Amino acid sequence: MSATAVHGLWTTMGGVTSAAPGDRFAAPTIEYAQLAPVLIVLGAAVLGVLAEAFVPRRGRYYTQVFLTVVALAAAFAAVVALAAGGYGTTKARIAAMGAIAVDGPALFLQGTILLVSMVAVFTFAERRLDPEAHGNRVDSFVAQAGAVPGSDGEKAAVRAGFTTTEVFPLVLFAIAGMLVFPAANDLLTLFIALEVFSLPLYLLCAVARRKRLMSQEAAVKYFLLGAFSSAFLLFGIALLYGYAGSVSYATIANVVNGSVQGIDPALADTMGNDALLLIGGAMIVTGLLFKVGAVPFHMWTPDVYQGAPTPVTGFMAAATKVAAFGALLRLLYVVLPGLAWDWRPVMWAVAVVTMLGGAIVAITQTDIKRLLAYSSIAHAGFILAGVIATTPEGISSVLFYLVAYSFVTVGAFAVVTLVRDAGGEATHLSKWAGLGRRSPLVAAVFAVFLLAFAGIPLTSGFTGKFAVFKAAAEGGAAGLVVVGVISSAIAAFFYIRVIVLMFFSEPKADGPTVAVPSPLTMTTIAVGVAVTLVLGLAPQYFLDLASQAGVFVR
Amino acid sequence: MNPVNYLYLAALLFTIGASGVLVRRNAIVVFMCVELMLNACNLALVTFSRMHGNLDGQIVAFFTMVVAAAEVVVGLAIIVSLFRSRHSASVDDASLMKL
Repeated sequence: MSATAVHGLWTTMGGVTSAAPGDRFAAPTIEYAQLAPVLIVLGAAVLGVLAEAFVPRRGRYYTQVFLTVVALAAAFAAVVALAAGGYGTTKARIAAMGAIAVDGPALFLQGTILLVSMVAVFTFAERRLDPEAHGNRVDSFVAQAGAVPGSDGEKAAVRAGFTTTEVFPLVLFAIAGMLVFPAANDLLTLFIALEVFSLPLYLLCAVARRKRLMSQEAAVKYFLLGAFSSAFLLFGIALLYGYAGSVSYATIANVVNGSVQGIDPALADTMGNDALLLIGGAMIVTGLLFKVGAVPFHMWTPDVYQGAPTPVTGFMAAATKVAAFGALLRLLYVVLPGLAWDWRPVMWAVAVVTMLGGAIVAITQTDIKRLLAYSSIAHAGFILAGVIATTPEGISSVLFYLVAYSFVTVGAFAVVTLVRDAGGEATHLSKWAGLGRRSPLVAAVFAVFLLAFAGIPLTSGFTGKFAVFKAAAEGGAAGLVVVGVISSAIAAFFYIRVIVLMFFSEPKADGPTVAVPSPLTMTTIAVGVAVTLVLGLAPQYFLDLASQAGVFVR
Repeated sequence: MNPVNYLYLAALLFTIGASGVLVRRNAIVVFMCVELMLNACNLALVTFSRMHGNLDGQIVAFFTMVVAAAEVVVGLAIIVSLFRSRHSASVDDASLMKL
């Protein structure tokens, strides 16, 4: 390319400056009403930061919990209002100057994220599981994150009754990012939303009250690998921008389809250069698959899930997966459908190794949180099978599966917080032996969640898997369905093993006790069980809802 | 000068950063390598912006700088807290959860 062929910014700008001043800068139009769910959550997060600064320490916990729950409920009401107003179907549109899509999948996933976050926040607020420290009720979070574990400073902080109430504004910021992530309609918004929800999650991983060294280690691993993967995503964004000359999804999709006429010959090196498209698309998908936890990019999952405070693990496992799959779906179905022949074989391979890898490695696990982590990897593979279908049924089956999976996950991790011994949560599987004798109700509830993970009929897991595999088979990926059924069978083995361990083995004398939670955690678990059974027994309404919502706006 | 050369430079910087992340042991150095990768992205974005004659890429580059700054805040907080409790910032020492 010769130097003269390069567009100079000054030539474009020169053309603009000669126009009337009024034409020079068009004020952007922002549809505040359509962005209300995100704005409510972000506003509440900012208020939460102010509350940390101005509310007396004694009242902070109650202020923060109240603010968080009210904000999530209000944001959910806003989502329902938008959906009832037809923005999910007939009035679907692109808002905020092309940055955010307000359409069926976006609203459906935002509603899911908000509901599941709300029940997850209840476990954040739980203060009855740990014994009281110096007359103060304590939650799962460290007294003072800056204090060195085991130091005098930490003891003083515990004695003074400090708690890390900053977790509530942090979780609100994370939720706001997750709400934007599946709705992002240009690559810049995608990247910013990714960072807005990732950075608070890194911090939340580091603030466990018990086993602090493990918690900090999990945070460092998550942070370094997360930053590494988002750098890949960003370089992919740069390459796709170089390819299409725009970061807007619609424009890139047009260039990919070849429907843009008259590409400037001066840009022949970049615009429409397939190498940029393929490498850039691959790097963006890599960044998203990392967040999803698919197999070549899953190495962070077990360590982070094990080390993070269990309420955070539940929130992260459920909500992050919903948001990341939403973004992945939109990217593959809106931006890169013209490239489907290229990405389908790759995703096919990723789905196969994810399903089999997650299920096989989970068999060897001895820690319940690691076991659930590998199970979440296997589930990412099942969801990918629905993504590969590239049909409207594929979209709606993935939406349905995400609802089913996220509530089961939050419920299962909430049960994990209940089983405790002197050192905090008793996560080693050997300690769960005989739990069914000791506490039949808790063991039965956990068994329901495990059966749902395994995909046994009459639970939401079966309906979800059936929908996803049906869509995949009809979408021409029958081989994938075979692999999926085989790995479901492998996965069922270790879920059933835990059930057998709980009900058919003798409890140990020094076994863990089951803490009696406050109504907060009880609500979380009850909602988890209710959603699992309702989606298993009478899924039709929700399947219809998902199929109505399954159309992306362009 | 042909702007494509800047793209080669960006790819080179990105590769140096990525290999640094994979081979270095100290968490701070790993983190600096990630920052190098982000700056390589910025260089690519600005170069493409010049080639296409629109400002989108430069705007993304500004946002990337802000994100990188926020990431430094969060990352250093986490790494320093790990260092204070272990007196080591080596990523190999952080192996409590290895099987």
